[in-house]
Amino acid sequence: MIIKLIARNVFRHKLRAILTILGVAIAVSSFGFIRTVITAWYIGVEASSSNRIVTRNAISIGFPLPLAYKNKLESTPDVLEVTYANWFGGIYKDPGNFFAQFAIDPVSYFNVYPEYEVRPEQMQAFLKDRSGAIVGQKLAERYGWKVGDIVPLTGTIYEGDWDFTIRGLYKGAKKSADETIFFFHWKYLDERVAEIFPDFTGNVGFYIATIDNPDNAALVCQGIDERFKNSANETLTETESAFQLSFVTMSSAIISSLEIVSFVIIAIIMLVLANTMVMSARERTSEYAVIKTLGFQPGFIYAMIVGESLLLSSLGALLGLLITFPIVNGFADAVGSFFPSFDISTMTLIAAVIATLVVGALSGIMPAIRAAHLNIIDGLRQLS
Amino acid sequence: MSTIINIENLSKTYHRDAEELQVLKSINMQVENGEFLALMGPSGSGKSTLLNMIAGLDTPTSGKVTICGSELSQMNESQLAGWRSQHVGFIFQFYNLMPVLTAYENVELPLHLINLSKEERDKKIRLALNLVGLPDRMDHYPNQLSGGQQQRVAIARAIVTDPSIIVADEPTGDLDRKSAEEILNLMVRFNKELGKTIIMVTHDPHAAGRAHIKKHLDKGTLNGA
Amino acid sequence: MKLPLNYSAKSLFVRKTTTIVTIFGISLVSFVYAAVLMLSGGIKETLVQTGSPDNAIIIQRSSITETTSSLTRDHANILKSYPGIARNAEGRLIATPEVMVIVNLKKKDSDDMVNAPLRGTETNVFDLRQNVKLIEGRMFTPGTSEIVVGAAARRNYEQCKIGDKLFFGKREWNVVGVFDAGRTGFDSEVWGDTEQFMQAFRRPLYSSMTVKLTDQEAFENYQALADNDKRLRVDVKQEQQFYADQSENIAGFIRILGTVVTTIFSIGAIIGAMITMYAAVANRTREIGTLQALGFSRKSILLGFLIESSLLAMIGGLIGLLVASGLSQFSISTVNFDSFSEMEFRFSLTTETITNVLLFALFMGFSGGFLPAVRAARLKVVDALRSV
Repeated sequence: MIIKLIARNVFRHKLRAILTILGVAIAVSSFGFIRTVITAWYIGVEASSSNRIVTRNAISIGFPLPLAYKNKLESTPDVLEVTYANWFGGIYKDPGNFFAQFAIDPVSYFNVYPEYEVRPEQMQAFLKDRSGAIVGQKLAERYGWKVGDIVPLTGTIYEGDWDFTIRGLYKGAKKSADETIFFFHWKYLDERVAEIFPDFTGNVGFYIATIDNPDNAALVCQGIDERFKNSANETLTETESAFQLSFVTMSSAIISSLEIVSFVIIAIIMLVLANTMVMSARERTSEYAVIKTLGFQPGFIYAMIVGESLLLSSLGALLGLLITFPIVNGFADAVGSFFPSFDISTMTLIAAVIATLVVGALSGIMPAIRAAHLNIIDGLRQLS
Repeated sequence: MSTIINIENLSKTYHRDAEELQVLKSINMQVENGEFLALMGPSGSGKSTLLNMIAGLDTPTSGKVTICGSELSQMNESQLAGWRSQHVGFIFQFYNLMPVLTAYENVELPLHLINLSKEERDKKIRLALNLVGLPDRMDHYPNQLSGGQQQRVAIARAIVTDPSIIVADEPTGDLDRKSAEEILNLMVRFNKELGKTIIMVTHDPHAAGRAHIKKHLDKGTLNGA
Repeated sequence: MKLPLNYSAKSLFVRKTTTIVTIFGISLVSFVYAAVLMLSGGIKETLVQTGSPDNAIIIQRSSITETTSSLTRDHANILKSYPGIARNAEGRLIATPEVMVIVNLKKKDSDDMVNAPLRGTETNVFDLRQNVKLIEGRMFTPGTSEIVVGAAARRNYEQCKIGDKLFFGKREWNVVGVFDAGRTGFDSEVWGDTEQFMQAFRRPLYSSMTVKLTDQEAFENYQALADNDKRLRVDVKQEQQFYADQSENIAGFIRILGTVVTTIFSIGAIIGAMITMYAAVANRTREIGTLQALGFSRKSILLGFLIESSLLAMIGGLIGLLVASGLSQFSISTVNFDSFSEMEFRFSLTTETITNVLLFALFMGFSGGFLPAVRAARLKVVDALRSV
């Protein structure tokens, strides 16, 4: 009975119901969209492994460390394997084409990052070619690169024109793995540096090391930094996730404003729904009076109004989730390279649905209270 | 006296789904200038439809309606709207005042359709409200007025543009006897003193008794009385 | 033949709850839109104002930021030898080679680190950057570990008051002065002696050189000379353009994100306005019939309802704008993706933003009100009069 009433009431004002559902859907999709943007920011943190630590120059990430530190790091207790990388910062054709490029020590790097999977024959080809490169699958897709293609980069830090030959593609073994990185030989970089600034060879951007026990990470990091204290280049060592998080906190102002906006959206869903429910309930005042006259309990009226609001909000949430996907994809195309990965997480979807349902129930309650405590005589008077 | 309303062979048919409903059947009627005519008849007799035709709110299926020399059946909608604003004043059963406007502003409303200076408008509004005996209620909103007072504001609104015809649809239908009497007195006065032609639809025989002529409509045909 | 304005205006407030809810919705959207415009405008403004129109900056070829660029002392001397460089009152060339590094400093009242930009410069830098003024204390003494900090740096980083000591490059540095660089990137910087910074960071290279040129023509000459000089591999850019380019990424990101968000929001607000206006039309059917009977044309009724919804939106827009204007009191300090260094931006409210926001609100009201207004205008007078 009550279900029948709710279902019929919802579409009594077809246009209004459709508009409300649409309004909720739009708010839900923008909530999903913004949450996705926030998640994308943390993708690096999420991709971090708890058994990796990062050592960099204590001054700031822009300062290098000497290559000689590699042996010293390797001899540190609890450290299993050490690799290193330099941020290259080259431009591919246009400054808008942003993607990460690292000069790496090939063998150790892929040992430390087992989630980057390269086919053995491609790895062999890469190891043999001094100016070869391994690129992420997604990145290769974005620019239509194939194995054997030559990719020209213009250096912004290491000046000059650089040509690399793609020798292989890597695939992420985990979903969070970044498939948009461009790797090439650190040795090749160092040789070119020697030609321009001979004094600046043997510099490493940062070291990444695997450790045997993640629970020991804090102690290991502390030990490394103490070891290099008072040396020419003091270090700052932290877990990989802390290292990644430090990049996120740099733009914390932007992230927190996004979070505020996502709450504003929930307020908007509430406004749209509440508006409709208040309007519908007021128009039906006399009907509620009749229902009460017939002897129904106030609980019935609560269920009727809140049920209607919940039905509207869940229909809106459903539609909203459906349109979230094209919106997110459209945005990913527009800012493209800004984030390595831009996927809608299940958590985001669940959060959106829960928020909508809670808001749906809340927006029904106010008019429901009004209707349930309605004075029958006043209500009936509206009939005439 | 000259003829102000001339209705020839007027028929009106409504189509509802497949059904045809002939509401008015070949009506012929003349009304002289300055006449006070009451249209009576049971509900569904077509009296409101006839009134709407005279007021230029509805168009006939066939036949001619000529009012003040204008052939209404030839006019399009916006011409009709313009014609109404000049020639007809309306009085409704439920007053139909704008709830958000004061008595003064309600009376002012139709004057917005005529080019007048603010001073001229003000003069006309005050005059109209004086005529209906409500000069002290100008700044009241409809919900602050009694039913009779609201209807008097509506009458002021009907005469403020100085139309030649006043059309009233059950003007006393929602009023108590005393207020109804006041309203009828006002209408009689405007008919006599200002020479307004009044067409009033009513089913109250007492109200109809104040008119000069009574006409009965039954099932879409007119019986003069 | 127009409906009086006060009819539209007063009608809005009959249905108080829905009107207020709708206004609130539109004001929220206007606020977000205004905030986005103010922020991306503020970023642009900050970076454009950082450069002076007469100045040219020389950096390593293809470099985007000063921190990733290197110039040798020889390069600097060559660059000083070209004609066209302006001179100060004492007749010295206004050309300053500088070193730019980024150090991690502690953010004020937080455990987070910021990428603070550190500029090694010369004491005559004020000839070059006339918009920068020392407002407290004094300039650093060359050859010492003294530093001066920008006003925004003092606001945002720990240990940046006069008398405080900062530790970086394995040394202690004494803060002896504060400079005000207005709304520019310099305001977030820490300045010290070039040679001291080079020693501390063991980096015997300059990052860039900035010169004041005599006039616009001199710039083109100067650029041509540097471009054609085989001893150099550098880019010469107008300082203003150089910094404006650095705002592209972050301002663009905020603009795109903001546009997506406000577009979605505005559709929501339009729908809200539509629901409200449809209800207004439905509840006033008899009123509309009466107006038609009185002789108001369909056009004037359409217009009346459009005005009603536009008014609704304008009120919302004004409220949103009013609240957003409060934001211009605030600034946010964040990393600029292009230079990878901390920079403080203000929300800047321009007349262009005000017009855009109000037009946008008007657009929302108009689009939300249009269909309901059409429905009102199309009501048949006879039916409308009969409705209860």
